[in-house]
Amino acid sequence: MQSQATYNYKVVRQFAIMTVVWGIVGMLVGVIVAAQLVWPELNFAEWFHFGRLRPLHTNAVIFAFGGCALFATSYYVVQRTCHTTLFAPKLASFTFWGWQLVILLAAITLPLGITSSKEYAELEWPIDILIAVVWVSYALVFFGTVAKRKTSHIYVANWFYGAFIITVALLHIVNSMAIPVSLTKSYSAYAGVQDAMIQWWYGHNAVGFFLTAGFLGMMYYFVPKQADRPVYSYRLSVVHFWALIFTYMWAGPHHLHYTALPDWTQSVGMVFSLILLAPSWGGMINGIMTLSGAWHKLRTDPILKFLITSLSFYGMSTFEGPMMSVKTVNALSHYTDWTVGHVHSGALGWVAMVSIGAMYYLIPRMYGKTEMYSTKLITTHFWVATIGVVLYIASMWIAGVMQGLMWRATNPDGTLTYSFVESVKASYPFWSIRLLGGVLFLSGMLIMFYNVLKTIAGEKAYNAPVLTPQAAHA
Amino acid sequence: MADFVSGFWNIYVMGLVALSILFCVFILVSNMKGERNADGEAKLHGHVWDETLAEYNNPLPRWWMYLFWLTIFFAIVYLVLYPGFGNNKGLYGWSSAQGEGSQYAREMQKADETYGPIFAKYQTEDLKAVAADPEANAMGGRLFLTYCAQCHGSDARGAKGFPNLTDNDWLYGGEPETIKTTVLGGRFGVMPALGPVLGGEGTKDVANYVRSLSGLAHDSLRAQRGKELFAQNCAACHGPDGKGSHAIGAPNLTDKTWLYGSSEATIIETVTKGRQNQMPAFKDFLGDAKVHLLAAYVYSLSNKTEAAK
Repeated sequence: MQSQATYNYKVVRQFAIMTVVWGIVGMLVGVIVAAQLVWPELNFAEWFHFGRLRPLHTNAVIFAFGGCALFATSYYVVQRTCHTTLFAPKLASFTFWGWQLVILLAAITLPLGITSSKEYAELEWPIDILIAVVWVSYALVFFGTVAKRKTSHIYVANWFYGAFIITVALLHIVNSMAIPVSLTKSYSAYAGVQDAMIQWWYGHNAVGFFLTAGFLGMMYYFVPKQADRPVYSYRLSVVHFWALIFTYMWAGPHHLHYTALPDWTQSVGMVFSLILLAPSWGGMINGIMTLSGAWHKLRTDPILKFLITSLSFYGMSTFEGPMMSVKTVNALSHYTDWTVGHVHSGALGWVAMVSIGAMYYLIPRMYGKTEMYSTKLITTHFWVATIGVVLYIASMWIAGVMQGLMWRATNPDGTLTYSFVESVKASYPFWSIRLLGGVLFLSGMLIMFYNVLKTIAGEKAYNAPVLTPQAAHA
Repeated sequence: MADFVSGFWNIYVMGLVALSILFCVFILVSNMKGERNADGEAKLHGHVWDETLAEYNNPLPRWWMYLFWLTIFFAIVYLVLYPGFGNNKGLYGWSSAQGEGSQYAREMQKADETYGPIFAKYQTEDLKAVAADPEANAMGGRLFLTYCAQCHGSDARGAKGFPNLTDNDWLYGGEPETIKTTVLGGRFGVMPALGPVLGGEGTKDVANYVRSLSGLAHDSLRAQRGKELFAQNCAACHGPDGKGSHAIGAPNLTDKTWLYGSSEATIIETVTKGRQNQMPAFKDFLGDAKVHLLAAYVYSLSNKTEAAK
């Protein structure tokens, strides 16, 4: 049952290709800053300094790589599960070019030192306005498409994508409120501890909605598709979706434990972070258990390997997160490399791996095929990436706990046993291992790039016909 | 002190916190009963998307539900015991830093009781004697690494704008008591900007004269002209011979020690724009006893005693 109309794959294709490109760029910058920690001599120019490249790295991997992956998959998933073409295709095209412009401007302004100095929201106000415009357009396209769906029910992946789009708009606009003094300089509309709290309300929900809800949407489409199995539990998806949405909003204060933030705010942030554990694991259970009855596919299908491993890392880091939000644990872990390890078990293990899996599914289909050029290379990519993540996380755990213990060690007279620089010196071996882990992960992306080039070389862009939905059956 | 500007926010926060927890309870309770087919097989939810996407409607995993309940229970208990539910102080009456019973106050008191006597032991001793005491010197060194190394460096040799403390060359004087005064009260050094007064050429002349004072390469014609300008504009602080003054912290310009650098360009920058430099005061932060040890340690860096060797 096919109609004449075809899905709008063009914008999906554009975002999918740029996902791979920005992934390589963002991770390359990550490898550079990791190398700068091992060899400080590499900080050879103002614009090439760690302090300027680090925000470039975070922006590139979160918003360029992760953002493009979310745009690509959400546009694909919303069309296919609503059985209709994209609403306002020109606006969709604008979101692609607008988003690329945002990334380009970030890549220019951040090394120049133009920054609002808010973590993960460093871009200055004119770029912030552009982001807001692109994002509202994104919302119009997405929800417009959902509105003209041909199915009675909205598929679960779209709930997550929808929550991600709405919440990120809210977070971005509120946190970026600023008073401009020139084209390249502005001051936050908030001051003192309120500014800090709004920043981390934004910061943690960027994790919760950009890096979690959005990618759970991705997971809910690509895992059951690739496994060719029904989702484990509709009921579980309802519970964990709403519980996740309701509690993530509260978790921000755990970034500000033992600061000027009032005690009550810290307590509330901590208990809701703990409540988040079960709703987060709900997503992992629903993804992994979808494979029940088809476990053997894991052995032969490297795309499933990526997807299921990503869910394992998701489960691991969403266990680690609530634990780190407990104040006594946080007293040890805060400001150490443990936090860096935690972030990367989420960013590399979960976000990057689920995106890579989704791209391996998506990219051949953008060219009328169902398989990548080489399955073997996907397997190689999987193992290189997995070893990279494990080296990264393990080294940062050890370094982090070591730093935390060194900083709090005291002599019998109450003076500190170690000066700060001694903890830096002790961290070098682990920073080298981390660099190796990063290099491995980046190498995996280069393998992917080659595989993608070979897959699409000489192929014609393809737009699949819109399918008529099947009638519901019980 | 209440954290809210009015009673409304107290109610508002309590309402939102309660609502969020109750919502988790509600969504959990309303989905606890899952159905399976008579033969124990999972039921399909009934809808199909994109050819193959379907959903089972398996019941929630039991262990997962218990985990969820456990965290909700913990949250409620925690909010009863600790501050967190609006303005409620919590049954424990715990506070991080407010008031005498706060965790910070208690830990500070305990630290003072435990470690206070160890430091107080040296407080009345003569600084030179403290500097010569190996144990005291080691303690001073550890304090230095914690509180001073950020600016003066782990080896105390300083950096541009941060004095080297090992060369026995002093801005305010190197007597142990003077060092202690410096650490206790801090110092605020100001070199005024003389660019507008001297003009570009005059500044260059003065810079060449200043270089001549310590025997550095210079343009002798310019230095000659600079000498007169120096006498009029600089000698008030740096002295007619350029040897500086400990009383006002004016650097000696005739030695080989330079805080910002000795190149002609750097001296021109210093003279043109002036310099401002601050050594923070540690009296309130560390207290007299620790500063006593620190001052003795810093003194020992330039006056090698048996202890410091």
